[in-house]
Amino acid sequence: MNVTTLTTLAQANFPEAMSQITLAHYLVISTAMFTIGLVGFLTRRNLIIMFLCTELMFQAAGIAMIAFGRYHLDLSGQSFVVFVLTVAAAEAAMALALVVLLFRRKESLSAEEWKDLQG
Amino acid sequence: MMQALNIFSSIAAHAVASEPAAGVAQAATRTITQGETWMLAIPFLPLLAFVLIALCAAFKVRSKLPAFITVGLLALSFGAALTTFIQHFMGPAAAPILHVHAFDWLHFKAGPEAAQGFVANFAFYIDSLTILWMLFVTGLATLIALYASEYMSHDVGPGYCRFFAAFSLFVFSMSCLVMADNLVLLFLGWEGVGLCSYLLIGYFYKKAPAVAAAKKAFIMNRIGDLGLLMGIFSIYTAFGTVEYAKIFEFFRSGVDATGNQIGSSTWITIIIPLLFTIGAFGKSAQVFLYTWLPDAMEGPTPVSALIHAATMVTAGVFLIARMMPLYQADPNLLILSIVAWSGAITALWSATIEMAIFDIKRVMGYSTISQLGFMFAGLGVLTPEGSAFHVFTHAFFKATLFLGVGAVMHGFGGQLDLRRLSGVGWMKGFGLVAAAVFIGSINLAGFPFTAGFFSKDMILAEAFARPEGQIAGSQAVAWILLITAGMTAYYTFRSFFRVYVGPKQFVPGDDAELVDLGRHPKGVSLDAWHKEHGHGHGHGHEHEHNDHAHRHGSYGGVGDARAHGRQDFDPSTEEFDPHPPGFAMKFAIAACAILTIAAAGLYFVSPAIGEGGGWAAGMVRQSSAVVSAEVLSGHTSGTDEGHAHGTFLGMDPHHVMYYVSAGVGFIGVLIAAFLHGPKGWQGLFLGVRQSCDVAPRADKLANAFGPLTTAARNKYYVDEIYDALITRPLWVLSHIFHLFDQYVVDGLVNLIGALPRFFGKALRPIQSGEMHGYAVGMAGGVAVLLILVVLLVG
Repeated sequence: MNVTTLTTLAQANFPEAMSQITLAHYLVISTAMFTIGLVGFLTRRNLIIMFLCTELMFQAAGIAMIAFGRYHLDLSGQSFVVFVLTVAAAEAAMALALVVLLFRRKESLSAEEWKDLQG
Repeated sequence: MMQALNIFSSIAAHAVASEPAAGVAQAATRTITQGETWMLAIPFLPLLAFVLIALCAAFKVRSKLPAFITVGLLALSFGAALTTFIQHFMGPAAAPILHVHAFDWLHFKAGPEAAQGFVANFAFYIDSLTILWMLFVTGLATLIALYASEYMSHDVGPGYCRFFAAFSLFVFSMSCLVMADNLVLLFLGWEGVGLCSYLLIGYFYKKAPAVAAAKKAFIMNRIGDLGLLMGIFSIYTAFGTVEYAKIFEFFRSGVDATGNQIGSSTWITIIIPLLFTIGAFGKSAQVFLYTWLPDAMEGPTPVSALIHAATMVTAGVFLIARMMPLYQADPNLLILSIVAWSGAITALWSATIEMAIFDIKRVMGYSTISQLGFMFAGLGVLTPEGSAFHVFTHAFFKATLFLGVGAVMHGFGGQLDLRRLSGVGWMKGFGLVAAAVFIGSINLAGFPFTAGFFSKDMILAEAFARPEGQIAGSQAVAWILLITAGMTAYYTFRSFFRVYVGPKQFVPGDDAELVDLGRHPKGVSLDAWHKEHGHGHGHGHEHEHNDHAHRHGSYGGVGDARAHGRQDFDPSTEEFDPHPPGFAMKFAIAACAILTIAAAGLYFVSPAIGEGGGWAAGMVRQSSAVVSAEVLSGHTSGTDEGHAHGTFLGMDPHHVMYYVSAGVGFIGVLIAAFLHGPKGWQGLFLGVRQSCDVAPRADKLANAFGPLTTAARNKYYVDEIYDALITRPLWVLSHIFHLFDQYVVDGLVNLIGALPRFFGKALRPIQSGEMHGYAVGMAGGVAVLLILVVLLVG
């Protein structure tokens, strides 16, 4: 399947309105999500919230990747994201399990409780 | 092994072929034959003894076993030496050079050819000079080990093992030194005897003076050793070999390895012998390097007898005798003149000290230096025969004298001050000791028909007989030696008249070890004794301290003791019974004395080669030590007609010297009797001494000389001068270096070490444990990077 065919297919199935959306739009969304996640991570103390914020940043990166992939008409961006999502799912399961264990230790979800791990 | 032998046999063949027809001395002795393997027993049995005693120490043997091992194996070693002598070196046949190869030792290749490279085997070169030395080294070592088995018996246990281990190792090292077939093995032995000397001087390692003396001996010997080592290096650069046989071959052919004439090379004729001479001076305590030997008397007396009188200190004489071809290579014999002068001056210098000091063991120590001076002077005036014979006789009579001093020390709690001992010979159990000491003394003093008389005579006669101009100032050297011979007779009999004859009086020494072992039979403790007698608490050096403390007194410490009243100084025998020597000590002393007498007979054995001088001279003339006929007749100094024979006041010294030296010796003894002899026949009806501490005439004479006596009694302050000139400046310098090290070098190092510490301290607060802190850091870092990228790239 060559690039021209792919482009034709993509344009064929896309609604008309979507063709007005440019790369910049996607990147703005991505940047906004990343910033929300970063700010959330830096300001909140709740471990679960912080974890969610990291996921948010993750997905922001994913959106940027897909957007670039689309922009360059290259499938590797999308295929990367598929893998990243898989890994993120596994990582989320593990991170939540860790959060549960940490909670059992201190009866609290605050990240400050673990200050003494500074070494 | 076979290769080495081939080399030797080819040298031997060449040597025989190129043998010059002239010169009796050079003839017939150069064949090198292979010796029997059992001759290896001479050096290696003492080594075996060392190993066995080390095992004794490891298994904590607390008996006299180490002494038995030493005596037994040393006796076997002596037996091997004696057998070698009888089989190969007796009779009129030419003495061979035996070569015994133990194992390949150092082989370094420097090129494709066999001659290029460095070879030093653990192999032995046994010629008549070697065997002369080995006979008295192993023989005396056996006797003295027997003596020590009893002398050291207060220390049975680890100390006993230590003593005999070092003793055996010493004999092994000395054998290596004397028997080596190359200079490197000689150096190994040279350092080995130095090490054993150090270990044995410091035997009483809890006694500060002994430790200091050991260190001093070791360090002063290093100076000489440096000279020897550089000499060996130079020999190797000049000849490409360190093996005697090959070196002597070069000297016989007259050209060095590069084909240049040896006689015209200043390097070979002046510098190398000078370096060897410095080495010899260090080991044999001559000129500037003598001060370690008197201090070495801190060691146990058997050690002083064997190492610091009979054997080790003669290694310097051996070295020069062995390298005689090197010394003769100079047409002007400059270095031999230096050797002659150094020997004579050392002999005179130390003789003056002996006449003043009171410690009978140190008298013997200085006497050894003085007699070694005679030997060096003998070498210098071209009579290695006389020197070697004097080494031989001196070994026996000085060992006898030392063993006698040891018996007195052993018996009187370490007392060595001749003002605290009198009439020892008349005390129970000491008669034999006194008789042996008498025999030793007449030898040292040069009584007619004693061994010491003949050997000293050979040196004196040759010194006078040197033609004018051959050895620079040989007449003056001869006169100095003659005067010293008279002084020798005086100081020898000074000790004898003071200590061994006269009224029976003594003050026991303060040897704490004997007290600990309950050797004071009446149970008087040392402290109690001192309280009673009001003595100081010097340990072993009491008399020394007295000398300093009472320098203003009329005559040393005794004058003061008298001033305090008689009760202070009571030479009574009430509390202390002298402890007479037992069988082992008596046997060893008697054997040494008898051998001393027998050694005189050797002078009448007709020499195997040449004329006059007796057995020892014949042995020397068949070895590498021989002085070639050309050198002896003075033909090498350039003039064709031979020089006139030197004379003694117009008479032939070879005939008249017997009477002259006997007369000088007698005068010395008579002066000693006059000044120190007791009243009556024991002082030859000349003396007036009535107590052990006061010899009125000697005291008056010493006072008359005033500052001179004081100076001599303090050894002319040589130690103090060395201290001020060398030790102190070095000490100051080392402190300056220390400060530099502390503040500059260490400062730099510490500064470099401090930098990471400083940064660590500055940055440590960042590691707070606050997760958000890290996150901010990370985000900030990324932001900064982004800004940079945008600024730089975009």
